[in-house]
Amino acid sequence: MKQIKFLFIGTLFGIIMTKSEVISWFRIQEMFRFQSFHMYGIIGSAIITGLILVKTIKRNKLKTIYGDSIKFNDKKLSIPRYLFGGIIFGLGWALTGACPGPMFIMIGHGYAVFLILILSALLGTYVYGLIQHKLPH
Amino acid sequence: MILIDFLSNPWPWFISGPMIALVMFLLLWAGENFGVSSTLRTICSISGASKHSSYFDFDWKSQTWNIIFITGSVIGGFVASTYFQNPESLLISTNTINDLAELGINFNSDIVPTELFNWDSVSTLKGFLIMLFGGFLVGFGARWAGGCTSGHAISGLSNLQVPSLIAVIGFFIGGLIMTFIIFPLIF
Repeated sequence: MKQIKFLFIGTLFGIIMTKSEVISWFRIQEMFRFQSFHMYGIIGSAIITGLILVKTIKRNKLKTIYGDSIKFNDKKLSIPRYLFGGIIFGLGWALTGACPGPMFIMIGHGYAVFLILILSALLGTYVYGLIQHKLPH
Repeated sequence: MILIDFLSNPWPWFISGPMIALVMFLLLWAGENFGVSSTLRTICSISGASKHSSYFDFDWKSQTWNIIFITGSVIGGFVASTYFQNPESLLISTNTINDLAELGINFNSDIVPTELFNWDSVSTLKGFLIMLFGGFLVGFGARWAGGCTSGHAISGLSNLQVPSLIAVIGFFIGGLIMTFIIFPLIF
């Protein structure tokens, strides 16, 4: 039952993504067409708030609820994997109007057809796993 | 009552952004990292993909929290769309609506274009291929890049990670190619 908190945080996430309209295919199109500030405002203010929170955690050496120190994922610097992987992700993001989070949230909205997207994304993940050694990282 | 009003209306960007950062903070506080696309890898592992690639051979039990998180997000989507429905439809930019109408994609007040996201469309070859390729690119790209919007744009940039900046630049290059070059060809 220690895990139940993740169900609550996830529920909060689903509500936030809905109320912010980030799950809308049209909002993603507005963003890529530079025709609205909405998505830029959301991503920008999320990053600024995030920067402050991360700084606060590091400066005050805040602990997790279990008393461990909070660990951050520091990513190894390289260009190909982030650039090429990023471009492929971006192509899919613009086409489907959904990054992985919204694909699941839209199921909750009653759009069962998003199951096809989730299965396709799982297939993409699986194929990446098969050929990752052949790709530049 | 103020809370109900707040929950029953769309949120402005300056509320939405900090709230997303709050989710990242809560997960860090709970000892985990905010990143949705790694769940896809976990689901592959649970389904037995480790028989075919060592990429899926990891202790997925340590990632069950992410499956629970994503289950919560489905509940959140249900709760928000059922109990906190917005009184009016989305305020999408008229320019976007017009540009998309030229491509034959109409905005009919729904959050996604219903002509693409319905079973009738998905049962046509073109509609099916759009879903198949779109989802495939998202899953493949996110794992190659080591993260998606949550892991790179939010978690990574908040932690001043240069790789995440490169990934986000990639997201935009890909998104612009799709929107301005590929959309006119396929729609």
